[in-house]
Amino acid sequence: MKWLRQTIAVMLLNLLTVPSRLGSSAVAIIGIAGVVVVFVSVLSISAGFAGAMIGAGSPGRALVMREGSDTEMTSGIDGTEATVIKEAPGIRHEGSTALVSAELYVIVDVPKKSSPDSPANVPLRGIEPPGFQTREEMSLIEGRMFRFGTNEVIVGRAANSQFVGLNVGDTVVSGQNRWQVVGIFEADGGVAETEIWCDVHTLQGVYRRVNSFSVVIARLDTMNSFETFSQWLMTNPQVHVTVRRENEYYRSQSETMTRLIDTLGFGIATLMGIGAVFGAILTMYTAVASRTREIATLRALGFNTASVLLSVLAESLVLGGIGGLIGGTAAYLAFNGYQTSTMNFQTFSQVAFAFRVTPKLLMTGLFYALSMGLIGGLLPAIRAARLPISSALREL
Amino acid sequence: MKFLPLIWMNVWRRKIRTTFTLLSLFIAFLLFGIVMTIRAAFGLGVDIAGLDRLVLINKVTLLLPLPISYQRQIQQTPGVKIASHQTWFNGAYQKPSNVLTTMAVEPAPFLETYPEFVLPAAQAAAWLADRQGAIVGKDLAKRYGWKIGDRIPLMSQIWRAKEPWEFNIVGIYDGGKSVDKTQFFFRYDYLDENRANALKGLVGWYVVKIDDPLHALELGRTFDAMFANSGAETKTTTEKGFIEGFAKQVGDIGSIMIAIASTVLFMFGLVAASTMVQSVRERTNELAVLKTVGFTDRRILALVLSESLFITLVAGGLGLAVAWIIVQAGDPTGGLLPVFTLPPRDVVTGVALMLLMGLLAGVMPAMGAMRLRIADALRRN
Repeated sequence: MKWLRQTIAVMLLNLLTVPSRLGSSAVAIIGIAGVVVVFVSVLSISAGFAGAMIGAGSPGRALVMREGSDTEMTSGIDGTEATVIKEAPGIRHEGSTALVSAELYVIVDVPKKSSPDSPANVPLRGIEPPGFQTREEMSLIEGRMFRFGTNEVIVGRAANSQFVGLNVGDTVVSGQNRWQVVGIFEADGGVAETEIWCDVHTLQGVYRRVNSFSVVIARLDTMNSFETFSQWLMTNPQVHVTVRRENEYYRSQSETMTRLIDTLGFGIATLMGIGAVFGAILTMYTAVASRTREIATLRALGFNTASVLLSVLAESLVLGGIGGLIGGTAAYLAFNGYQTSTMNFQTFSQVAFAFRVTPKLLMTGLFYALSMGLIGGLLPAIRAARLPISSALREL
Repeated sequence: MKFLPLIWMNVWRRKIRTTFTLLSLFIAFLLFGIVMTIRAAFGLGVDIAGLDRLVLINKVTLLLPLPISYQRQIQQTPGVKIASHQTWFNGAYQKPSNVLTTMAVEPAPFLETYPEFVLPAAQAAAWLADRQGAIVGKDLAKRYGWKIGDRIPLMSQIWRAKEPWEFNIVGIYDGGKSVDKTQFFFRYDYLDENRANALKGLVGWYVVKIDDPLHALELGRTFDAMFANSGAETKTTTEKGFIEGFAKQVGDIGSIMIAIASTVLFMFGLVAASTMVQSVRERTNELAVLKTVGFTDRRILALVLSESLFITLVAGGLGLAVAWIIVQAGDPTGGLLPVFTLPPRDVVTGVALMLLMGLLAGVMPAMGAMRLRIADALRRN
């Protein structure tokens, strides 16, 4: 008990005198906060991107693409194949309509609001009438649904906010084609919100892809219908296709990008972390040096070495914790929900998403901050504990 | 010069402190170098893109083709040196997801348009002679261990999905640091012959080399007017503008990288500054003594500043040097960032930042030291 009391007494002494060493403590705090800001904000990009991509896919829907195709962009399915696919078992019916839609996925140039001079590749998806019901998460938030057989389009919420001239009433001029925006839709924050939707037959005409589709999307009867559905298609000699659950498709689409960003974020944060540990070591050495006399006095009075050691560690842990809290808060305030868009390299098309500072990221950031503080305090703590009493008292 | 030993002694007055300050600044500039390299890599080689090359794409989107018949019309326009075209092949090697940068081109105009692609004359001749011939970048050849004479099958979902396309590697091109050496070029006539009839006679985009970059804007307008109201209208930009536009689509990676670099430099600049403040504070007495023996104010200022400059330049210089060595090893992502090099411009910026940091870190304590009043300083202790 005596040992514990000693330790607490020295810790308090250390912590209460931190304000008097504000300058050098600030170096450690700001250093650690900087690492946490960079770490959390870079990883919030990949969390946001992955969120938009994965959130888009439902395990209750299946994507049918040409055999060997990895993306809707390079897949091609002709009209006869599409007709066969629609007859597959396992597709949900609502009344007399089968919830399945043969779609054409192309790209149209629309300028980004952030750089109006250069065009961005915005996905333009032609759907069949059941296409909207096939996706239960879709809903119109402004205007109305487009009429089939016309050149009317509806625009995803994210596309509407990221790109120029996609409001209800606007006309999108693309080459010699004109598209009339009549509505805005949302889709639970998924990638579909970056897309523009129109009638697939109109689109086939405009892009000279007569009776040709990219993909057939089907709502499954139940989660377990996938096996029936895909087995039937795989064994049917009339079609050569690959079938994937929609959520799996989008997950594989997001992998390259999230892996790149995560590697980048971890790499930079690790290097910065090493630097911040050096900064913390410097700070703690200064803290120990400025208290040489006090520490020596305590030791002479009979305080044990462990309490001195722990007190230094506690101080640097506290500095690390403060840095972590500041950094995490700053990253959260500055970046959480920040809207942006990037290019999905698999389809060369734009994906809008928001940075996501998740609680998990914040906890990881705080954990890193505490580790940096702890590692930074280690050497100075050992030095303080091993201070030779007599010479230390003589110093200064 | 004769004060060098004095500066040296002062720098190493507290070994631990100096060592860790040097180490953190080393890390700071190492990071600066790497972050700037990443920034340049995402710029997709904009810096080397030619201003004397124009790119004509389909006005609707880059992904829609243009007719081959445009080539003659472009070539006949006054001010045009070479009208060449490229077509995205989307060739996948070994597995469908492993898509390489593969392009169908016409060998002669292509090589003439891109003099920065270095290909031995014999290999260029072999390419002209072999319809199935392809040339690949040095880095790509190295990645898969390809040699001249190898036969390589690629799958293409766009042009003929059912069976693979076979190519003979007839050449391996090289080029400067900022040339993307991971690309695969093969002959357009081979593509055109073997794709579906409906697709014949279509090219991806045109790259036009012009006589004088000053006429770029004017020529661009001419081309776009030439094909206006046709089935495939065009949009012409300089190659530089085209690549910049493409890079912008990825997002503003440049700004993110600069933000990270600034955070890093600010963080570690504080470390340097705090070290200098402490170091001068401890030495108040000595500085007063120096003044007493006749050191001028200016000389004291210079002494303290050279000390902080010494620290930032040595540590920063080493950091940048190590960053450069790491970058030499090439793209760590295995193909995502083909142009991976530390631009000389950023090295210069880095050195300038070291000087600035050294001055900023040293200036306050140095001014304080300069203004020391001898009597006060000596009395203080």
